[in-house]
Amino acid sequence: MPLIDYIPAQTKIGFMRLRRVTFPLSAALTLIAVILFGTVGFNLGIDFRGGTLIEAQSAQQAADLSVLREQLTDGDLGDVQIQEFGSARDVLIRVGRAGTDDAAQQAIVDKVRSALGQDFTIRRVETVGPSVSSELVRQSILALVLGAVVVLIYLWFRFEWQFAVGALVTTAHDIFVTLMIYSVLGLDFDLTSIAAILTIMGYSLNDTVVVYDRIREMLRRYKKIPLPELLDIAVNATFSRTIIVSTTTFLATLALYFFGGEVLRGFSLAMSVGVIIGTYSTIFVAAPILIHLGLRSSTVVAQDEADAADEKPAAKGGKGGSRPAKA
Amino acid sequence: MLHFSRLKTALILVVTALGILFAVPNLLPASVLQHLPSWLASSHVTLGLDLQGGSHILLEVDAAALKKERADQVRDDVRRVLREQKIGYSGLTVRDTSIQVRLRDANDTQAAVTELRKLATPITNSVLGSSTGETDITVSSGADGQITVSLTDAGINARIRSAVDQSIEIIRRRIDQLGTVEPTIQRQGADRILVQVPGLQDPQRLKALLGQTAKLSFRMVDQSMSPQQAMETRPPAESDVLQSSDGVPYLVEKQVRVSGEDLVDAQPGFDQTSRQPIVSFRFNNNGARRFAATTQDAVGRPFAIVLDNQVISAPVIREPILGGSGQISGSFTVQQANDLAILLRAGALPAPLKVVEERTVGPSLGQDSIQAGKTAAFVAAALVAVFMLAVYGLFGLFALIALAVHVTLMFALQSLLGATLTLPGIAGVVLTIGMAVDSNVVIFERIRDEAREGRSAIAAIDKGFSFALGTILDANLTSLATAVILFLLGGSGPVRGFAVTYILGLLTTVFTAYTLTRLMIAWWVKWQRPAKLPI
Repeated sequence: MPLIDYIPAQTKIGFMRLRRVTFPLSAALTLIAVILFGTVGFNLGIDFRGGTLIEAQSAQQAADLSVLREQLTDGDLGDVQIQEFGSARDVLIRVGRAGTDDAAQQAIVDKVRSALGQDFTIRRVETVGPSVSSELVRQSILALVLGAVVVLIYLWFRFEWQFAVGALVTTAHDIFVTLMIYSVLGLDFDLTSIAAILTIMGYSLNDTVVVYDRIREMLRRYKKIPLPELLDIAVNATFSRTIIVSTTTFLATLALYFFGGEVLRGFSLAMSVGVIIGTYSTIFVAAPILIHLGLRSSTVVAQDEADAADEKPAAKGGKGGSRPAKA
Repeated sequence: MLHFSRLKTALILVVTALGILFAVPNLLPASVLQHLPSWLASSHVTLGLDLQGGSHILLEVDAAALKKERADQVRDDVRRVLREQKIGYSGLTVRDTSIQVRLRDANDTQAAVTELRKLATPITNSVLGSSTGETDITVSSGADGQITVSLTDAGINARIRSAVDQSIEIIRRRIDQLGTVEPTIQRQGADRILVQVPGLQDPQRLKALLGQTAKLSFRMVDQSMSPQQAMETRPPAESDVLQSSDGVPYLVEKQVRVSGEDLVDAQPGFDQTSRQPIVSFRFNNNGARRFAATTQDAVGRPFAIVLDNQVISAPVIREPILGGSGQISGSFTVQQANDLAILLRAGALPAPLKVVEERTVGPSLGQDSIQAGKTAAFVAAALVAVFMLAVYGLFGLFALIALAVHVTLMFALQSLLGATLTLPGIAGVVLTIGMAVDSNVVIFERIRDEAREGRSAIAAIDKGFSFALGTILDANLTSLATAVILFLLGGSGPVRGFAVTYILGLLTTVFTAYTLTRLMIAWWVKWQRPAKLPI
């Protein structure tokens, strides 16, 4: 027996009514995100900007950043950033790209190396040349766009188009808000961030699809219930699942944030935020937006009857392929 | 849904057992692994360079240098042909990828074009091995005896392609000399080479070895004027001013008397008298003959040993060297002498390579990352375990057993596939610990719902499972779509490692949640015959 019933098993929250608040809120967030992209922009990591990153550990208890700064800004290295990295002993040195020359970057590594001297052990060196970084930008944008398109097509096949569009809008919302976090906090935006965003995309869709599955099933079962009311029933029915899974995933990202090491910190922070946003948007964006996309129970049933001929009910499992008659 | 045939039960248990079997070697120390059969001992997750330490270096063939070298070569060919044919010309110039020459007598144009066209070689298709119908150069003539020889794009591309192939061979030979384990050297795209070397102590040395073209040549020092004079005015047409590593200028003839291609061996050693590190070398027959002829003619004159346009040393020839062997003494350190010997033995690169991307991780950071990853995984597992037990009680325990098997299967699959575990990959594992319970939660919540609608415990469990399957498949397939794209576009780096664990995680979670949990619950139902749900 469960010790305590933490999660109320049957909620009756009027989520759809709340859309008067949440829609403007989400729209505002998205708008702020877009404005931020244009003004503050991103703290692009070397993957996308080109440049050199060196992580070093001091032999002393604490690295003397001011001395280092003096030594490194002395030369003609150009834009040098020095920061503590996780502990007082560790430093991260970032050198923006000097010119567009690959050879110049190798020279930078040598200069930093000699400036660090014997006091530091170099733990990591990353150098990305200008040709590679522009390719990575292209590939990453391609990955995000392609990801969205493939998902859209898949959802269109499995559901009605309203669901596909709703899921896409929701996912876009989540990605924008996560990107906003990167922009506001000035987190390093690199290849790992792309991985984080695609993962959030996957998570958000996963969450949305679970609720959509239930909505579609209810549409088939209860044709007379008005859509907003029906959406409320469906969201409430899946509410405990949504909260439980969000919690476990959030706990995992939290563990990653606090114990996963410095390199993964940005990634896990973005993931934590993404999980919260993904959960919020499933309930407050994905479901209510269906009302505005003109979804009706007749759409689903008509579609369903057309499908019934060529789809085996058994394979469709719980989607009530054989059930409309019962309602 | 709660009935399992014997075969199905056996299948599920066998998969689980195999998963454990193939995952276990990851936990065993090397001393135990030695006693295991090799098929099992080799079932081990390969750690990415960011975890075990090592260098990932992306090199690009310097196409501009290759073009220039080829253009110069064609210019020399044009000169030779015109001289052989005794056709007078003036103004032989190279402009980017075309060579222009003006004939003294415009009537020779036809003859010259015919002869020069013989220089063109057809390009073969690299895949089919058949001729593409294109040639590497084209010859065209204008008015007034103007002739233009142009390098074709197809010809240049073919050269870049073959330069990459040759470079891969030479790089392999150079790295093998370092005695490191399992370097990966592979072509990437049209003009790039990816070099991955795990567990390297001195990444700078690796880069130094890869960054040098190592074109060695023996040339005469031009004594017609001093190098200073040559720099101030103009050097003679047949000579260049080259410098040594410490900046001393030398006026050196362009003509190569003997080149590094004729070397058969090079070994580091010490000079008998000065005890300085040196590199001793041996020529093949052709090289030995030419070296002998050169030194015979030039006793008393200095010659220059030039490596990549830098003079290593310029000794005076005291006596003819007829034996075909000699030694190079610069002011080397022992390691420099060692590396030079390696470079000379491995041969010169057909074109300069530049480092366009480098990611090097020291072994200590890799260790720290693994440790941090383990801690995060255990903390995540503990938190999720407490939460699931608190919410679902006994069924939570079932879900946790399924979760444990899921992580085990992930490692087993990764070991079997030889996939690489990277730091983002570890993040993927930790993340799936949180997400893997999803399928179980969908099922359990569905069971609760069905019970609430008035079904008996057993019927609710049965319905819960069958209703949840469609949802689980839909949800995981959409995630899978994004994961596959991440994999396809993730390149070769750490992000691909993340995609791999993510994909494997999605596959195993469907298996564990849907079959394993169901089996456990089916057994429990048979044993307890519950009238009431425990959740």
